[in-house]
Amino acid sequence: MNVFALDFPPVNHLFDWPSFLFADNEWVALNKTGLIYLVSLVLTAGLFWAAARRRSLVPTGTQTVVEAGVEFIENNIVMQTIGPDGRRFMPFLTTLFFFVLFSNMFEVIPFIQFPANSRMAIPLLLALVVWAVYHVVGIRAQGFFQYFKSALFPPGVPTFLYVLVVPIELLQIILIRPLSLAIRLWANMVAGHLLLVTFAVLSAALWGTLYVPAVLPFAMLILLTAFEIFVSALQAFIFTILTAVYIGGSLHPEH
Amino acid sequence: MLALISTILAQLAGDGEAGMKAIGAGLGYGLAAIGPGVGIGIVVGNAITAMARQPESAGVARTTMFLGIAFTEALALIGFVVFVLLAFA
Repeated sequence: MNVFALDFPPVNHLFDWPSFLFADNEWVALNKTGLIYLVSLVLTAGLFWAAARRRSLVPTGTQTVVEAGVEFIENNIVMQTIGPDGRRFMPFLTTLFFFVLFSNMFEVIPFIQFPANSRMAIPLLLALVVWAVYHVVGIRAQGFFQYFKSALFPPGVPTFLYVLVVPIELLQIILIRPLSLAIRLWANMVAGHLLLVTFAVLSAALWGTLYVPAVLPFAMLILLTAFEIFVSALQAFIFTILTAVYIGGSLHPEH
Repeated sequence: MLALISTILAQLAGDGEAGMKAIGAGLGYGLAAIGPGVGIGIVVGNAITAMARQPESAGVARTTMFLGIAFTEALALIGFVVFVLLAFA
């Protein structure tokens, strides 16, 4: 593909990695995306295992970091969206946050530089898990009919408007919530990766021909790398907080 | 610069359908970004006003602000998805 007379790699080369393990197998194969997910899984599990291995009243080392993370989730996400009875969702929300955070962060780690969540599979899977969780929580907390009644018939709406509101709300809880959750994470990561690649290609091409002007796109590349660190953390935060909001809405329909 | 533009125009002229696709993708994303741009501005601006008036409730305002940004931003991201589909798929 040719952008501004530069050789921009075709987008498949940026996101579609060849399998390097079991490449001939029809059912099971491993490529860079899968490997990043496995590493994030091990990192998430290992972090909490290392922190809980030698628990002490005065936290040291890993335990300090993990306690800060857990307290952040508790104070900024659970308490403000679900309330005190949301504490039982802490393990789910915390692992969700750290897994998404780690798999996003590979976007800026040198020599890897690929956000695993820029492939749709795992964001969609996580969104479907969240979808199942908030439906099950709502049905268990309120009962089947009461759950759908409170979800589809928000109070304070004039009666004739329910003709309009009920289909929208139904579409919202069945389709729009999980899809927007998955697309938000995926599209942010795709956009970030494309942005970084564009400025990297620009710097490399300018450095190969004109040398000095390459400073400008390279400075932009560094700035954008910092920005993408922020976006990775923010998207993990937003994914978790929306999950908590949906769970909270199922638990306490009056809000 | 003129050479660049003429190169791009020549590419467009060479493949009319791809050119229309590219124009559609660019216009589509640009139009989809207008509304969310204004919307995020309103959300963040009002959140800052709230935080400045009541610093003690800054935490709640910040959380709600991020929620509002996330919902508003979804529209821009759908525009971006349309752009990706038109430009690359």
